[in-house]
Formats: sequence, C-alpha cells, structure tokens
Amino acid sequence: MPSAARPAAIATRLAAAVVIAAALAGLVPLVTFAVQKGGRIGLDAYVWRILGFTLWQAGLSTVISIMLALPAALALAGTRFRGRAVLMSLLAVPQSLPAIVVVLLLVDLFGARGILAGTISLYGLAGIVMAHVYFNLPLALRLFVQVLEAVAPENRRLAAQLGFAPRALWRHVDWPALRPAVARIAALIFLLCAASFVVVLTLGGPAATTLEVAIYQSLRIDFDVARALSLSLLQVALCAVLVVASGNTAWIEATASRRRASVSEQRPVGKAAIATIIATAIVIGLPLLMLVVDGLPNISLTAGLFQALATSAAMALASTLLALAMATALARGGSFANSIGLLGLIVPPAVLATGWFVLLRRAEGGIALSASLVVALNALMALPFAMALLVPAFATMARQQDRLATHLNVMGWNKFRLIDLPILRKPLAQAGLLAFALSLGDLTAVTLLGSQGLVTLPSLLHLQMGNYRSGNAIGTALVLALLCVGLGSLANSRRLLR
Amino acid sequence: MITFDNARYVYDSFALHADLTVPRHCLCAVLGASGSGKSTLLSLIAGFETLASGKLAIAGSEVTQAAPGSRPVSMIFQDHNAFAHLDCRTNVALGISPSLSLTGADNTRIDTALARVGLTHLAKRKPGEMSGGELQRVALARALVRDKPVLLLDEPFAALDPGLHRQMLALVAELHAEAKLTTLLVTHQPNEIRHVCDQVIFVESGVVRKPVTSRTFFADGSEPVRAYLGT
Repeated sequence: MPSAARPAAIATRLAAAVVIAAALAGLVPLVTFAVQKGGRIGLDAYVWRILGFTLWQAGLSTVISIMLALPAALALAGTRFRGRAVLMSLLAVPQSLPAIVVVLLLVDLFGARGILAGTISLYGLAGIVMAHVYFNLPLALRLFVQVLEAVAPENRRLAAQLGFAPRALWRHVDWPALRPAVARIAALIFLLCAASFVVVLTLGGPAATTLEVAIYQSLRIDFDVARALSLSLLQVALCAVLVVASGNTAWIEATASRRRASVSEQRPVGKAAIATIIATAIVIGLPLLMLVVDGLPNISLTAGLFQALATSAAMALASTLLALAMATALARGGSFANSIGLLGLIVPPAVLATGWFVLLRRAEGGIALSASLVVALNALMALPFAMALLVPAFATMARQQDRLATHLNVMGWNKFRLIDLPILRKPLAQAGLLAFALSLGDLTAVTLLGSQGLVTLPSLLHLQMGNYRSGNAIGTALVLALLCVGLGSLANSRRLLR
Repeated sequence: MITFDNARYVYDSFALHADLTVPRHCLCAVLGASGSGKSTLLSLIAGFETLASGKLAIAGSEVTQAAPGSRPVSMIFQDHNAFAHLDCRTNVALGISPSLSLTGADNTRIDTALARVGLTHLAKRKPGEMSGGELQRVALARALVRDKPVLLLDEPFAALDPGLHRQMLALVAELHAEAKLTTLLVTHQPNEIRHVCDQVIFVESGVVRKPVTSRTFFADGSEPVRAYLGT
C-alpha cells in the first residue's frame, strides 16, 4: 500500500488492539483461575442445571417466535391493505424498546393490577419466553416479509401460470426462499435469548436463571468469585459456538437489511390471513397501547427523572462516540478486523464485567471509574450493531470509489474528508443513533458495573419497579420508550440525511 | 386465435389500447420502443394484468377475467424462468404437475422434451450450474410438455451472444412449426427476426397496431416506424 494510506491502517490496528485488550481483560482472570485450579473447574449439578435452563428458554423462545412469525409473514407479504404501512412501522417498535421497558409492559398486563392478571404466572419460564418472543417475533417477521417480497416476480408469475395451489406455492416458491433466512434468524434469536440479561434478571428466579444472570448473582450477591468464573467460562464457550453458528451474515441481515423489496403480484387476502394479521397487530400493539394509556397520566417530571436522563444522555453520548470510532476503524479493515467487532458477543457483558471487576477490585475509582466502565461496556455492546451497518457501506464504497480515488491520488485524510465521509454520512448517522438508543436504554452494563450513586434512566425505572411505585415506574417507562423508539425510527427513516 | 376487442388497460398514467386479432399458427414479433407496452401486452394475454375495459378471447373462449393458470398459454421471461432449488428435469416436470405426481407416460414426455431442446445430459443440473442459453431451453422444454396452443416470449434471448441468439430463434421457429403454436415474441432486435417471423405487431404511444406481414412492416415508411428502426 502507498504510504499515504497508513494512518487508516494504524487506526484499524489501534481499534482492534483496544477491543482485544478489553476482551482479554475480561478473560484473563478466568484463564488464570482455571490454571490455578489445575484445569479443573467446578462444574457441579447447579451449573449444569443453569446451562440446561439457559438452552431450554432460548430454544423455546426461538421456536415460538419463528412459528408465529412464519404464518404472519405469509399473510403480510405481497398483500396491500389500508393500514399496512402503520402495521409495518408498529412491527419495528419492539426492536427499539429497552429490555426493562418490555418487562414493565408484561408486568403492566399480567401483573396483579393488569387487565390480564391471573391468566399466566409471569415470573419464571412463561414471563421470560413471552418477553423474548415480544422482541424477536417482529424481528423474524420483518425479515421473512422482506425475503418473500424479494422473490423474483417472474417466479410468482410462473407459479400462477402453472396453476400452483397454496401447497405447491409454499413448496416451490415460499419455503425455498425462506429456508436460509429461517436458519439464520433462528441462530441469531437463540444467541440473543441465551445471552439475555435484563429479562431474566427481572422475571426469573432461583429456579429460572441463566448463565448470564447467575454470573452476576454469584459475583455481586453471593460473593462467590470461583463460581462466577466457572460460569463465565461456560458462557464464553456457549456464545462462541452460537456466534460461529449464526455467522456474521445473520447479524448483518437482521439489522442492516433495509433494501427495498421488489413488490410482486398482489395476493388475494383470505380470511385466515386477515385473522393472522389482526392477531399479530394485537399481540404487538396492545402492550404498547397500554403503556401509553397507563403511562401518560403518570409521567412525573421530577428533578430525579431529569437528573437520571442527563446522566444517561451523557454516558450514552460517550459510548456512542467510542463505538463509532472503533466501528469506523474496524469496518475499513479486512475480514479479521470486521470479525473483531463480534468479540462483544462472544465474550458477553456479564463475563467482561466479571473480569474487569476482579481486575479492578482494589482500585479506588469511585463513581467516575464505574461510569467509565459502563460507557466502555455499552460501547462494546453497541459495536456489532454499528459494524452491521458500516461494514456493507465500506464494502460498497471500496468497490465503487476506491479505484477511482487511487487513480486520482486522493488519499489519506483527503480521501476520508472528500469521499468517505460524504458517502458514509448516512450509515454513520444510522449507526450513531442506534448506538445511542441502545446505550440510553441499557440496564445490563449499569447493573453489572454501576455503583450506588450512578442512576441512569433505566436504573431509575428498575428502582421504581422494585419499590412498588408502579405508577411512577410506568411514567418513567413511557419517557424512556418514547426516547428510544424516536431515535430508532429516526435511524430507520428513509429520509435521514438524504 | 388471440382477439382483443376494443381492449383498454390503465395503470397510473400509462394506458394501452388494443383492438386486433392474431391469426392462428402465426409467428408474430412484437416491436416498439422501450416502455411502449410490449411486455404489458404479453402480461395481459397471460393474465398477470387484467383489462380495465373491452374483451380478450383466446382460442375462441373469452378469458378477460380468467386466472393465469386457466389460460391456454405458456410464457417465457427474460430470466428467472426456473426455480433455483429444483434441477432442470424437475423444473420441466412442473409444467405437467405442480405437485410433481408423474405417471410413466409423463416421464416419457419430459424426456422427449428435454431431448428435443438438447438438454438430456443436463437433466440433473440445478439452474445455478447452467448457462443463460441452457436455462431458456429449460423454459422451452417446459412449454413443450405443457402443450398449450399459445407461446409468449418476453425478450427471451436478449442477454445471449449474437450467435446463440440466432440459434435459439431458429429453435423457437422449429418448435413453433412442429407444435403448430401461435407465438408472440417481444424483441429489441428487429433485424434478427426479420426472416423468422411472418407477422409484426408494432406498439407505439399506448396503441397496439394490428399485425402486418413482416415484409409490409419493414417497408413501412411512416415516421414512427422509421424512428424506431433508425432508418
């Protein structure tokens, strides 16, 4: 490479080094521990039971999400009816909601004072699976609709000419298109559910806990470092297997695939399809409606709320800038640099936090130290999402512009300023908004690494829920939800910076 | 064979008017500028689009509102003519039975059709492993086993090299004669079809003209035709 390209390469290496160092800081205490123990790790019945529950709830959540998403996608794809655009936007909402808000939605519906009180016992497997399905059903549904609408129109016309009945249409057109998407999204949903923290922390219990939550409890509640570390080793092994199984592509498609699908023939909308569409709209829409109805009268704009909001915004801004800087540097590197962005998934937050906690347990940093650790952890958690948006953008740009730029000798800083930045403005803004929304709504990092005085908006909400101040809680949840959904829909808006 | 009776199609600001009859057993080219409505004409005959007013009859029966699957028509598109997950032979078999329940006689017909288009040795190939010309032969073989009296081709060989293009046109002309088809061929290369097609339908600014003989069309000195041909 010519010498002018070097600063970019240095930035890539630096970012890679930072991410690897952060992951190592999480892992080294684990490995040290394993070596000290002579390679034997305490994998007792308790640990195996937790692993079993982790896999069971993730599997159940995945199967239910996909089984519900498939018929809904078949009903929605290619059909046109009034309100379809509204329904599609509604389906994008759960992905932007903070986990703690979804938990509160379920408590609001199924809890002691909810309109569905007494129908389902919320705490335990049922609640955990419901929360996971609420997140992932719309995710799978939207991907399936995109896949179905991207089928070549000629294929659908051919099917019509050959007189395919619905079964033949499923067998020869819809299922072959969906099959790879089902496999990828299933792996992704399983991974997200296996590493889910906030949902299990709030809705689980002694019999219903996952590795991720058990790590936190061993460390911060039972002060059993040895157990925390052996649970962490198991969790890293599990996540590594799942990340490899789901592959980079699942990650990229689920978050970044926003290309416009080619709209094929309009299909007749049958009775079963109408029923499926209405049921889906109710399942996704009703909790949101209740949040608005119950939340609006309960918004109390206290000094505490503003204080928490300011803290959250400042920390989210810091972790967004950190995540964007790392993502930009890593996305322009090769496939090795690209895959480093996934380290935050392989070494999940609870494990990173455990390692950092053990390393820094004697440090006297106070609130500033714990705030910076939360910022760093949030940045690592947002990194895969930011990368999913930036990697394809960089790849497209490299294909289209790099040869011309090299030919004209536009390099280094000039290339970044004159060519890269204008082209990447939109994906960068999208990634920034998503990272900001993620950090703003995140309760995981602040629970794992926070200290007494550090109150963010999600942790204020968690506090209010615990104190049975559910009136306050639902108002706070509405504020948080509005912020995150607003940021999320801004990021998805087609008109962003056009 | 194909009769449009004062037919009118409307989509947004685009309108197409047709009032004509395509004679039985005619091999007819459909010519006209891009966006003039050539493909729409074929889609109307195949039933992928429906008329706003007027009538359409094929082989003596009115089909104005009939579903695509119930019309006596086979269509070949420029691409995506084969389902990517099924091998060549299965793609042809779908022309006989969408559920792929085949009798011995069906299998014989499939093999005959594959042999006729020269694909016997590629029967087990998936579309991903076949060339553009081979894929169009799959579509032709499927049209043969479907055995419908009308064959519609929408720029089927536009992406092929000139030599192959000519070869495929010759094959279409042979199959057309053997199966006594009525064939409509949309193309952007008028000179290629000059000696293959007996008739020409010219589509110009929203109007489908009545078919004329190939000789008459190429001798037509009117402004729109000359502008289209560039002569």
